[in-house]
Amino acid sequence: MRITQGAFSFLPDLTDEQIVKQIEYGLANGWAISVEYTDDPHPRNTYWEMFGIPMFDIRDAAGVMSEVNACRKTFPNHYIKVNAFDSARGRESVRLSFIINRPAEEPGYALVRQEGPGRTIHYTTRAYATERPEGARY
Amino acid sequence: MSAVIEGAKRMKTGAERYRAGVMKYAQMGYWQPDYAPAPTDVLAVFRISPQESVEPEEAAAAVAGESSTATWTVVWTDRLTACDRYRAKAYRVDPVPGSPGQFFAYIAYDLDLFEPGSIANLSASVIGNVFGFKPLKALRLEDMRFPTAYVKTFAGPPTGIVVERERLDKFGRPLLGATVKPKLGLSGKNYGRVVYEALKGGLDFSKDDENINSQSFMHWRDRFLYCMEAVNRSQAATGEVKGHYLNVTAATMEDMYERAEFAKELGSVIVMIDLVIGYTAIQSMSRWARRNDMILHLHRAGHSTYTRQKTHGVSFRVISKWMRLAGVDHLHAGTVVGKLEGDPNSVQGFYNVLREGHNPMDLSRGIFFEQDWAGLHGVLPVASGGIHAGQMHQLLHYLGEDTVLQFGGGTIGHPMGIAAGAAANRVALEAMVLARNEGRDIWNEGPQILADAARHCAPLKAALDIWGEVTFNYASTDTPDFVPTPSVA
Repeated sequence: MRITQGAFSFLPDLTDEQIVKQIEYGLANGWAISVEYTDDPHPRNTYWEMFGIPMFDIRDAAGVMSEVNACRKTFPNHYIKVNAFDSARGRESVRLSFIINRPAEEPGYALVRQEGPGRTIHYTTRAYATERPEGARY
Repeated sequence: MSAVIEGAKRMKTGAERYRAGVMKYAQMGYWQPDYAPAPTDVLAVFRISPQESVEPEEAAAAVAGESSTATWTVVWTDRLTACDRYRAKAYRVDPVPGSPGQFFAYIAYDLDLFEPGSIANLSASVIGNVFGFKPLKALRLEDMRFPTAYVKTFAGPPTGIVVERERLDKFGRPLLGATVKPKLGLSGKNYGRVVYEALKGGLDFSKDDENINSQSFMHWRDRFLYCMEAVNRSQAATGEVKGHYLNVTAATMEDMYERAEFAKELGSVIVMIDLVIGYTAIQSMSRWARRNDMILHLHRAGHSTYTRQKTHGVSFRVISKWMRLAGVDHLHAGTVVGKLEGDPNSVQGFYNVLREGHNPMDLSRGIFFEQDWAGLHGVLPVASGGIHAGQMHQLLHYLGEDTVLQFGGGTIGHPMGIAAGAAANRVALEAMVLARNEGRDIWNEGPQILADAARHCAPLKAALDIWGEVTFNYASTDTPDFVPTPSVA
């Protein structure tokens, strides 16, 4: 399966040229770019690991791309996403986020059902990969 | 103008003002052309269509009077109150450009006239009594301005656009939804099938329609259980957070709370209500949603009965403002290009009212007053009704990024199945956002961008082949009336 978190997961994997254009879009809006990675792709895993802090002071796409490439080199078989953060009042949140690297194999998730009273079911979503320890999952 | 008519517009004072009997509303003090509205006043602009024999200033004064302290005759008991303060003041009347016999009447209300935090009280005051008033042929509330002191008495949307996106982990693109069709008649099991296919295929949300409550073909508990199975299955199939707007609309508040509690117990991220439940019920559900970390979706069922015709009713921009104050997270606000009424400028005005932190006066979009929202969360506007993937460039152009685009027929009616229909919409959306961010001219290149995206997505190709040419080009009834100011540029 293909995990479809992020803004562009339904498109073919972005080329470096396409990634640069999205980074330039974020920089032109005054947003800070950051890079995050994980090997726990649970839909509610909010805190992916930060590959350094958001790049508030790097204003050229080439500089950002070197961080992206460093992350890909360090974690070639992890999920990696690029975020653009907007610190403007009223937003102060992520404005754009998209996956730019993913494991070669994506085994997906098991859905565990616990039957309760009155036909209710409590659901647990678990990525197959997270049955193994962090760092040894993909 | 004769001296007699001028006299009829002048406020009387003292014993003359309070002599028993009937006098003009203007003479009673409800027309005050010299009044300068205070920053703390609530302001309203009405479109008035006076009867032939009625002066526009007197008609405006009558609206001010009947929406504040007046009755049809003089009462001495006014003198037991600070009546000069409680009297609403009509302070300006302008002819409506291009519409003989119609006038924009501006009225200022003192803040003390309103109970804090109550849309029921606000609306009972401002629209409660005046719409059947005989001296007027027709009346429409066009816009309102709320002072910061009043805005701050409302809690506003329980979640808001920013927090909703953080909870769903979805950034940088409009969200996608679809209403389950047919809206009536499906059993719970079949209904949940549609939800599962649509969410698995790529939508973020699916939706109950306004009249899906608890009918004999599908009771509400059954619907909730099957829909949550579908939501959880689709989450596991995609790795994304998904939701289904469970409509908790019911006959009583007790029933609605029971349904909402069950939705919470099952782990739903969102519940839905209809506008017809009433303003107080909406505010109660908003409070419940805030207490329970629930996104609150409002379907504007019934609004066209009073928003659509220009001379009568309440403009949807006013309803938008009231609902932002009352506190909902989603509100249907028009599509521009779909099957339902929606002039582009008017609809953009509604979207701005719902989303922006501050609205400048913008007559071209029907916004008569500057409005500061004083930090109140934004409402996510929902575009639903007769839209399809082939319009993606137009939708993104007109409506922007913070919106939910709902493709019901365009998802469920896809020839390759519901999941394929959902995927077609999602691919079209992502391709268009990617192109826009790259700086491409999506308004003109849109069809080409979609055709290129369809090369790697057979469902999108099929969608464009079927619906690519479908349009709903009818004249809008609800358009802003204003005279464009010549630009110096």
